Amino acid sequence: MSFEIKLNDGIFCIPECNECKKIVWPPAEFCNHCFGIVSLKEGDFEAKIIEFSSKNEQYFCIVEFEKTFRIIATIFKTPNIGQSVKISKCGISNGNYFFVVI
Amino acid sequence: MNKVGIIGYGITPFTKEDKKIESVLLDSAKELFKNNQKINRDDVDAVLVSTNNNSKYLSPILSEMVGIQPKIAHSIENLCNSGTNSIVSAYSYIASGMADLVLVTGAERYDSPGSILEWDNSRGEYKHPIFWASIFAKSYKREFSISDEQLALVSVKNHKQAKENPNALSNKTYTIEDVMNSKKLTEDLRLLDCSRPCTGSSSIILGSEEKVKELSENPVWITGIGQKTTSAGFTKNTSFSSMESTRQACETALKMSKKNIKNIDVVEIHDAFSVCEPMALESLGFIKEGYGMNMIKELHSTDNFKINPRGGLIGCGHPLGATGIAQTIEITQQLQSNASKRQVDDANIGLIHNMSAAATSSTVLVLEK
Repeated sequence: MSFEIKLNDGIFCIPECNECKKIVWPPAEFCNHCFGIVSLKEGDFEAKIIEFSSKNEQYFCIVEFEKTFRIIATIFKTPNIGQSVKISKCGISNGNYFFVVI
Repeated sequence: MNKVGIIGYGITPFTKEDKKIESVLLDSAKELFKNNQKINRDDVDAVLVSTNNNSKYLSPILSEMVGIQPKIAHSIENLCNSGTNSIVSAYSYIASGMADLVLVTGAERYDSPGSILEWDNSRGEYKHPIFWASIFAKSYKREFSISDEQLALVSVKNHKQAKENPNALSNKTYTIEDVMNSKKLTEDLRLLDCSRPCTGSSSIILGSEEKVKELSENPVWITGIGQKTTSAGFTKNTSFSSMESTRQACETALKMSKKNIKNIDVVEIHDAFSVCEPMALESLGFIKEGYGMNMIKELHSTDNFKINPRGGLIGCGHPLGATGIAQTIEITQQLQSNASKRQVDDANIGLIHNMSAAATSSTVLVLEK
């Protein structure tokens, strides 16, 4: 099942190569290191806030997962650098991915 | 490799005009041939078009509109540094001996699709450039204890310099207070911190050594080229307060030209947002990390136009495909002592910095008399 199908169902997965175990980000069918087949890990993944700003009182932040890859997510409470967060909501809206962390 | 130089250029004012992309392209190409009547259009071997516009077959269309039947004709798109990428391609055709004379024309409309990189889904719903720029600004301010007021000086300086540029979109000057009071787009970015999308066109014609000597009385040579792509996705940047691709591209360009950064007399910097100027100055090696604003303050207070004499992207506007070519034209004019009130004293060696998508890729060119 593809990353986008899971994401559309509100499930955030981490894509990992079956062969070399490397995390493949952005998600792809094949590993960009060894071209092995990529499968999706489900879980309650923890990430750390790297940087943030806000627009119209809504914060957005860069968060890093497994010291490997980063996404930009919405956070409703005032963020802090280094703060641990988890994805509380995600999906695809009007063709764009969206992520919310708490 | 054959030597490559700049023979002539054409540039028209950057505006908010709603014109067909083909007409925009023609504007500066027409200007180029009007200004360089010694050039025989039958001798042009290649026509390269730099744009993010989605219209098709623009290079053959431009060729037909200016009466050229080139051997090589194609478009080049690489977001905001399409212009210098096109110049690098033209250089390569000439240096390899595949062409002797190459026309490079860049054009963009104010509503360019090149502002947003849809592919970069790691940005989630935050794909507009103001979001990466806000992250850059926040990170830079935090790391080097710089205030919004200090960064506002970039916009003040570049609007002041743009006032001396008849082709710039802006012809107004602003104070720090004006910048601080302009519309707050995000917590870390105000309207006057941003370059504006616009409609614009710029053309340059490059030639082999033989052609340059035959057609130009005041030749300018491309002596250094450096390019680096670190990723396509913004979140893969290793730092949000410096530009790694710019650092590496500059190192390559200076090595090729056998120069060091202290030899550079005049510079065009890709100031898409105010924070980009000090970051780029530091990553290029003009000053150590965290001190870019000191350099900008000193230049502004002494009315020294060394950095972004034409007014940068903030003052000139940013028609993506035309920007890198317009920057190269400015440095050419400076080295030819032909930059009117913007002229920097004793300009012998110039540098152009053009980048894309939050400095995930950069191009640096070194030009010499």
